[in-house]
Amino acid sequence: MNFTLHIWRQENAKAKGHFETYKVSDISPDCSFLEMLDILNEQLINDHIAHPVCFDNDCREGICGMCGLYINGRPHGNDDGVTTCQLHMRKFQDGDEIWIEPWRAKAFPVIRDLVVDRSAFDKIIQAGGYVSVTTGGVPDANAIPVPKRFADMAMDAAECIGCGACVAACKNASAMLFVGAKVAHLAMLPQGQVEAQERVKKMVCRMDELGFGSCTNTYACEAECPKQIKRQNIARLNREWIKQLFAGNHKPEE
Amino acid sequence: MNLDSKIPEGPLSEKWTNYKINQKLVNPANKRKLNIIVVGTGLAGASAAASLGALGFNVDIFCIQDSPRRAHSIAAQGGINAAKNYQNDGDSVERLFRDTIKGGDYRAREANVYRLAEVSGDIIDQCVAQGVPFARDYSGLLDNRSFGGAQVSRTFYARGQTGQQLLLGAYGALSREIERGSVKLHSRCEMEELVLVKDNAGKERARGIIVRNLVTGKLERYSAHAVVLATGGYGNVYFLSTNAMNSNGSAAWICHRKGALFANPCYVQIHPTCIPVHGDYQSKLTLMSESLRNDGRIWVPKKKEDAEAIRAGQKKANDIPEEERDYYLERRYPAFGNLVPRDVASRAAKERCDAGYGVGSTGLAVYLDFADAIKRLGKKVVEQKYGNLFQMYQKITDENPYETPMMIYPAVHYTMGGLWVDYELQTTIPGLFAAGEANFSDHGANRLGASALMQGLADGYFVLPYTLQNYLADQITLGPIPTDTPEFDEAEQSVRQREQRLMDIKGNKTVDYFHKRLGHIMWEYVGMSRNEESLTKAAAMIDELENEFWQNVQVPGDIESFNPEMEKALRLADYFELARLITADALHRKESCGGHFRTESQTPDGETLRDDEHFMYVAAWQYQGHAQPETLHKEELNYEHIKIATRNYKN
Repeated sequence: MNFTLHIWRQENAKAKGHFETYKVSDISPDCSFLEMLDILNEQLINDHIAHPVCFDNDCREGICGMCGLYINGRPHGNDDGVTTCQLHMRKFQDGDEIWIEPWRAKAFPVIRDLVVDRSAFDKIIQAGGYVSVTTGGVPDANAIPVPKRFADMAMDAAECIGCGACVAACKNASAMLFVGAKVAHLAMLPQGQVEAQERVKKMVCRMDELGFGSCTNTYACEAECPKQIKRQNIARLNREWIKQLFAGNHKPEE
Repeated sequence: MNLDSKIPEGPLSEKWTNYKINQKLVNPANKRKLNIIVVGTGLAGASAAASLGALGFNVDIFCIQDSPRRAHSIAAQGGINAAKNYQNDGDSVERLFRDTIKGGDYRAREANVYRLAEVSGDIIDQCVAQGVPFARDYSGLLDNRSFGGAQVSRTFYARGQTGQQLLLGAYGALSREIERGSVKLHSRCEMEELVLVKDNAGKERARGIIVRNLVTGKLERYSAHAVVLATGGYGNVYFLSTNAMNSNGSAAWICHRKGALFANPCYVQIHPTCIPVHGDYQSKLTLMSESLRNDGRIWVPKKKEDAEAIRAGQKKANDIPEEERDYYLERRYPAFGNLVPRDVASRAAKERCDAGYGVGSTGLAVYLDFADAIKRLGKKVVEQKYGNLFQMYQKITDENPYETPMMIYPAVHYTMGGLWVDYELQTTIPGLFAAGEANFSDHGANRLGASALMQGLADGYFVLPYTLQNYLADQITLGPIPTDTPEFDEAEQSVRQREQRLMDIKGNKTVDYFHKRLGHIMWEYVGMSRNEESLTKAAAMIDELENEFWQNVQVPGDIESFNPEMEKALRLADYFELARLITADALHRKESCGGHFRTESQTPDGETLRDDEHFMYVAAWQYQGHAQPETLHKEELNYEHIKIATRNYKN
């Protein structure tokens, strides 16, 4: 298969970016999208055409959340429930033109080419996306039964890989699905109850501070999530937020 | 060099307790004065940093990815073992210990493995308290499944994403400490040098590291009273493996060059159930979880004609009637069947394919069939148990495993070898500790499924927080360690020189071109089966390729910039040396054990044949300079508790 690629090139965070056009040929339909970019990079280096295209990737099996390209206007490309590394060229037509961009969001500044800085996600988790247990001194694992239904729903939310596709897909660059997934995961379990109010407050405030936009319920995040995290988690986030507002124990911290 | 494994006195089951009673501790006020560097944020690194930070130490943690949550522990699918005996099926600490020793083909250290089994239950408690959503049954209690090499169900799991959930648990604990300020995170930083500083007695100790900031390409200096390496394994020396693209062996190798002994490098685990190779552009191999062997049955056609017809595309798996299928694992190993340990299953697959019974277009594949399971349990139950794995398979291969059997073939997965450590997980360099896959300690010559997660978290949550204190107790009066010293200057210069040397070659071939060739040599000649001839050949080929690399590699761009090609080149330079040591170790170990199969040493029916008389030891190698033969040190394995036997999974 042959393709024409229009790729966003940007030397560093401060440089002005632009699209460059490259051609690749004889690509196997079984080749993954990132392997196709590997082939392009071999070509760019061998023929001294340009600096190889920088893109984040690691596990190449859809679980680490490192890869993320905006392909023809869709985060992770034109297949459902996959990350960029799991996208295969058989999903394209021979001769296609493909536009490849980095995630576009104020909170995710470009580092180089297609690589963006997603440390804002880490900072949101640091605000409270965990149960505050230190090592040791915890009860036996079977001491608190958890209804299977809740455990399963917690797991559904916990499958988030933190890739940022939800933010990239959202016209407001909102992180509500990401935050909602973590809040819902822990709110669903008895272990997460103790800090539920504090958690949602801190995570939402941190999200706002970091420059993510608001949610206007278009659900583009759900449509593009490679792990198909459901929008119900946004509803759960809102519920947890309202619960802590009305709980009345304490005022939200500034 | 005298290898002192520092195994505590007393009966096996009391050693860890005795150690903890007698070890030195650091009081809370002094903990605040001590700095610890942790390299790597996988299960071992994240859990260690979180636990040490919570204790009150100052921790700096480093990862090469953009976030600690990307570490490759995240990709572990099937589960984590623990001797909870929740299933009332006869499990116990002793049994988990014995299974692990036996699974490792009697090449692991008894005391370490016993401690691992002992703390395994605490790990599950810890993870549940963190909110890890393990699978549960309808009573609300935790569910278990079976894994290879065990006859009990002791594996806890979170669908097919157990590693992800455990890592996110540890990442949560780590994030909490980062927020509290006890841990400082340095992402997109790669360790390029270990800094040794002499103490007052003239003894060199690990006192810091030099890292390359991967965003700017600048070198940075960090000092500490102790350094913990939790940087994973070196499986990517084979180029194609189930490891992540950026997983690499350099941090461990750098320490090896600085004097830390490297143990059992030839013990490489080849995982039996991976999606087969399909083209030369391929960048990695994807694992299909071992848990699939709970319900999937492995087979090839009984008749060569059928296998040939399948390879030619004239027949399909479903055209082969039941009586014409050879369920070779069930045939050869009636007691364990499809759940034999990984090394056994991998070799059996290779044996069938080499004999001409392989399927797929290349002939290098066997079937993993769920038809029986779907008949027995219904599609819905199978989907619940393995749905995400089936989906992953379909996305990669474009075939539906509910309708046609999966095709699988073995691939490099895990490295049992690693930095030599004593009972305290301390390497031969004082103050340098190694945890998780980066050390050699617990899996002998073969790791059992679902034991990597157990070991990583055991080391990080429950071993290092104790043993590091025992070391640090002597360092409390030292004060902060400056980085503007000749030792740091020299270390930084050596990194810059290495980078400059690579940059100056300006050759005609890319890093990947050489890496693929190295991988090919390793897989062909130092792979699933080895012999004197293949290993000797590999050694010569590695030397030749390395020479070519240093003359003809091309690293584009600038040193001080975001430059993934430079990162890869630095790693590959170390892989050549590692490959040489793996080969030398495999050549010297003239026996077969676990993942190390020497064709000269096998039983009449093709099983591994150990030579306990001559090889009942850990081979720990000492670096002697580039391309120089390394010096072998032996740590004899004295089994006091367990009765050594031939591994038997047949009856």
